[in-house]
Parts: sequence; structure tokens; C-alpha cells
Amino acid sequence: MSFLLVLPILAPLTAAALAAVLGWRPLTASVTVVAALCVLVTGVILGFTNGSGVRFAIANLFRTDALSITMLIVIGTVGTLATWASVGYIDAELTHGHTDAKGANLYGVLVPVFLAAMASAVLANNIGVMWVAIEATTVATAFLVGHRRTRAALEATWKYVVICSVGIALAFLGTVLLYFASLHAGATSGDALNIDVLLAHASRLDPAVTSLAAGLLLLGYGAKAGLVPFHTWLADAHSQAPAPVSALMSGVLLSVAFYALLRVKSVVDLAVGTGFLRTGLIIVGLLTLLIAASLLVVQTDFKRMLAYSSMENMGLVAVAAAAGTKLAIAALLLHVLAHGIAKTLVFLGSGQLQAAHGSTRISDVTGVLARSRMVGVTFLVGLAILLGLPPFAMFASELSISRALADAHLGWVLGAALLLVVVAFAALVRNGSRMLLGPPTPGSPAIAVPRSVAAALVAGVVLSLLLGLTVGPMLQLFQTAATMLGGTR
Amino acid sequence: MTQATYNGVLNLAAGAFLLAAVLIVWRRELRSIVVLLAWQGLALAAIPVTEGIYHHDAALVIVGVVVLVLRAVILPLLLVRAVGTEPHERRESTPLVNTTTSLLITAALTVLAYAVTRPIIALDPSPATRAVPAAFAVILIAVFVMVSRRRALSQAVGFMMLDNGIAATAFLITAGVPLIVELGASLDVTFAVLVLGLLTGYMRATFGGTDLDQLRELRG
Repeated sequence: MSFLLVLPILAPLTAAALAAVLGWRPLTASVTVVAALCVLVTGVILGFTNGSGVRFAIANLFRTDALSITMLIVIGTVGTLATWASVGYIDAELTHGHTDAKGANLYGVLVPVFLAAMASAVLANNIGVMWVAIEATTVATAFLVGHRRTRAALEATWKYVVICSVGIALAFLGTVLLYFASLHAGATSGDALNIDVLLAHASRLDPAVTSLAAGLLLLGYGAKAGLVPFHTWLADAHSQAPAPVSALMSGVLLSVAFYALLRVKSVVDLAVGTGFLRTGLIIVGLLTLLIAASLLVVQTDFKRMLAYSSMENMGLVAVAAAAGTKLAIAALLLHVLAHGIAKTLVFLGSGQLQAAHGSTRISDVTGVLARSRMVGVTFLVGLAILLGLPPFAMFASELSISRALADAHLGWVLGAALLLVVVAFAALVRNGSRMLLGPPTPGSPAIAVPRSVAAALVAGVVLSLLLGLTVGPMLQLFQTAATMLGGTR
Repeated sequence: MTQATYNGVLNLAAGAFLLAAVLIVWRRELRSIVVLLAWQGLALAAIPVTEGIYHHDAALVIVGVVVLVLRAVILPLLLVRAVGTEPHERRESTPLVNTTTSLLITAALTVLAYAVTRPIIALDPSPATRAVPAAFAVILIAVFVMVSRRRALSQAVGFMMLDNGIAATAFLITAGVPLIVELGASLDVTFAVLVLGLLTGYMRATFGGTDLDQLRELRG
């Protein structure tokens, strides 16, 4: 069983090693897809066999429980779709001369390393190791963001690496302070950072030091999750990265960083009460929503529009975490999964639009539905999910988050959040309809869709529909995770 | 090692550590900033070595030696290679905040560091923990350097200084984090500095310079 726990890390690492030796070719690209599928399948198997328990592997270094399994499924799903689409995407980039063989080889190595780092982050039992894995995602994605080596891509990479490294360094300082508090609460030095040990000693952690640590952890992991005040890298990086990488960063990396916050929140809540991080998450969440909604309104670039929509969703997730009830956490997890798939659809579509037009300006793109049924319909579905329309899952998750906020007596937060979500909704509808509907401008270029991208898009739409119709066995997993995180109602 | 020597050496190391940060704020020559960073790495390495000798902990001495090699030699060398050869590339450009104001801000940040670290000292008033305000001051000064400097390399130096400050905090309050975390974190920092060094080179090739004011294509 302990092999199954480390498979989601080993499989992508093997794919990366293979790509490093053989370079970018159909074989290595397919092996990466299989590795991502391995992460998904492992998550599903663990989900069916784990129940409400916690399993450990390799001297308590790794753990799985309902929360980490949920995250594995999110990583596996988006990872499979994105790596599948990468096959055709990178071949097209090579044909158009946007990248060379060296760039493609680097891409082939870094993407599976990125997947392995995210899987390690959600499987780590030691929050120090979790930190190392999350910082490793920054290093792995740096040259993916700068893939095209243009001025804009280099600028985005520099901002991304500097802002995220500083943010995540603050999270490390928070981790060190938590270690200090844990040692003084009687934990032994070897395992004082293990999640189970921290939870067991939580009531004896020094409240003043733990509060200081919690503030730093919120700022630090918040930076990586696209939350205020270190959010400025997000739109640049997500708009410059190759489309499948944008899908991975937007769809999973943000939620993996938020996962880290949920983990430390469960410890901090026991040590200093739920009020401290609730206040912090409400402030950060609402400010993130405010900035995202304002910039969505004035946005003229469709990839940046999608990036700000990710910020909007992370703000909403932060507000849901602030409510912290069982319903709120379960809804948050459903929201993260649905958002991951939706963002994959729209970012993959936007990649093909960018390839056709050589531009990411909204005004350059018209009548997509009439020009390409594949990109038009899947983009429309993705937008419908992001707008929270039924029959898709984000309708249910947003409704449940609202209910949970009302139940937690956070009516004013609910009001403010709803207002900002409506503003974002209007902006997305306006820009989306401008791109998709209406007659195409004469002389618009043809939108080519490589086979593997089309396959990933169709699979994503099917998954979204399934998830919208029934959450099925996933519901049990979400509820178990929510109960474990201290949600009582 | 006697208690008095231990206290003395520890305070000397913490003092030198903070002094290096202040000198980095003062200097504008990129190469000398990197040299100061190497000296700061030396002061940082002295903390775990001293604690290791005093507490008879061989593992901590070894960690100290690794820190010395990494932060006083390897990382500064990586950064020196990224300093350009053209005369205008060798100095920090006209500062956003002048030197006198910068030094006054540094003093204010040091006072702030004492205020912020009070709960830490209250929990464990040992000689090592009492030196932690110096480490926190370096963290705050590093953030200030990162927001007030305009050369790519200065930001990389600020990032390393931030990391040195956090490492010093860890050594002072808990005698270092568990070994696996220490190793992983060192590896991450090395890669991050390597990435920043490579990016500086690409930026010089693409922009013809490393002034971050040129980074203004992406807005809104």
C-alpha cells in the first residue's frame, strides 16, 4: 500500500527522467500523459479504499487522507487533460517556430517535474517538506512561463519568480516559527512539523508565536494562491505561459497552494481559535475579489481575463474557508475541482485562438462559434461553468458556499462577495459574447485544432457534464475531508 | 566552550550578520554588494557551528559547514557571474530612495524587528533566542532592498538576504529545522538563485540591460 502512496510522485519523475534522456518526441509525451493518468487513478483507488482513515508511508514522511486524495484527483484530472493537449500544442509551436527543439525538450522535462512537485506537496505529512515541494513548483514552472523567451515572457518570469519566492520565503519563516512553538509544546525535534503531531499538540502551542506564524503563512501561501497582497505576478505569468501550462497553473497550482493554507489552518484554529484566520481570510478573500472584479471589467486581453477569473475564484475559495463549516469546506473542494476542469477548457481554447491570431487581444477575436465549432463550443462550456450556470458543478458549489456563509452569520461577507461575483459575471459575459457570438470579421484566420488538443477539450466537456449531473462517490470524499478539517456543521 | 565565550561569539555573529545587511543598503557597486553577501553567509554559518560546538552536536556543525560552502561561496559566485561587464551595468542605477533615507529606514526597521520578535523571546528567553531580532531585522531590510532597488541583480541579492535572515532565525530559535527540510530548502534556494542568475543573462541579451524599469510591457 505504501507504494501506491508514492506512485503519484514516482510516475511523473520517471516520465521526466525519460524525457531528459530521449528529448521531446511522441513516446515521451505519451509517457507523461500516462504518468498524469497514474496520479488520477491512484487518487481514485485511494478514494475508494481509504474511507475516513489516515495512512502513512516511509517513516511518516507521507500521508493520505480524504483531503490529499481530493487534491490528487484534481491534479490527476487537470494534469491528464493538460499533458494530453501538450502533445499537439508543442508540435504546433515547433511548426510555427515559436520554440525550438531545445525549448520543447525543456518543456517535456519540466511539466512532469511540476506534476511530481504538486503531488509531493499534497502527500507530504511534514509541513516543512510540503513547503519544499511548493517552492519546487516555482522553480519548475519558471522556464515554462518564459517558454517563448520574448520580452513579455521574460518580464512575466522575472516577476513570477521574485514575487512568489519572496512570498513563499515568508511561509517558510512561518513554518520555522510553528516548529519552534511545536518544540516548546513538547514535540520531539524529528517529527515536530508532522501534521498529525502538530494536531496532537495544537492546544499547547504558544498562542502569540502561533498567531505570528499564521499571519506569515497566510501571506506566504496566499502569494502562491494568487491572493492579495502578493497577487501581482498572477496575470502576467498565466497570460505568458504556454496554454497547457496556464491550465495547470490556474487549475491546480493555485489550489495546491490553498491546500497548504487549509492544512495549517486546521492546526492554527485549534491553537488560537477560529477567529484569527477567519478574519485574515475574509480580508484577503474580499480584497482579492475586489481587485479581480475591477480588472475583469477593464480587461482587453483574453488570457489575462482568464487569469483574473482565477483570482476571483481563489478569493471566493478564501471566503468559503473563512466560513469553515462542513458545508463550506465540501463546497470549496467541489469548486476547486470544477474550476480546474473549466480553466483547462478555456485556457486550451485560448491557446488555439492565440496561435491562429498571433494576438491575445479580445478585440482581435470575433465570431469564434461560427469559425470553429470545437474551440467555440468548448470555450462556451468553460465560460458557462465559470459563470456558475446550471447544470454545471460550480452552480452547486457557489450556492452551497453562499448557504454556508449565511449559516456562519457572515451575511455582510456574503453580500460583498455576491456583489463582486456579479460584477465579474457581467464582465465575463460581455467579453465572452464579443469573442464567441456574432459574424466573424472578413479575413479572420482559420482556427486549427490539433487532434490531441481536441481530444482533451472533448474529454473536459464530458467530465464537466458528469460532475454537474452527479458528484457521485466524490461527495463522500469531500464530506470526510470537511469533517476532518474541523467543520462541525 | 564556556557560557561566556558562547554568548560572545553568538552575539558577534548576529551583529556581523546585521552589519553586512546595513552595508549592503549603503553600497551601490554591484560586485561589492555580492562580496558583502558572502561575508554575511560567513556570519550566518558561524551561528550553527558555535551552537554545535557548545551543545556537542556534531550534526549541527556539519550543517554549519554546508551553509558556509553554499551561502558564502557557491551562491555569491553564481551571482558574481551575473554581474555585467559594461561599466553602466556594474553599478546600481540612480536609487529610488537616497542613501541617507535608506539608512534611516534601515534603523527604523531594526527597531520594528525588536517589537515583532517579543513573543518569540517571551516563549524561550535563552541567549540564542535573544539574538533573533537581528535576524528579523535582516529579513525586513532585505524586503526593503528588494522594493527600492532597480537592478535585477540587486533584487536577487535582496532575495538571498531574505533567505539568510530566515535561516538565521531558524538556527537561533530552534537550532535548525529537521535535516530533510534543511536540505530541501537549501536545494530550492540554490535553484531559485540559479534561475534568477540565468534570467538576468537572458534579460541582458533581450533588453540590452538589467534595469527593471524596462519591465513595463505587462500592465492591467
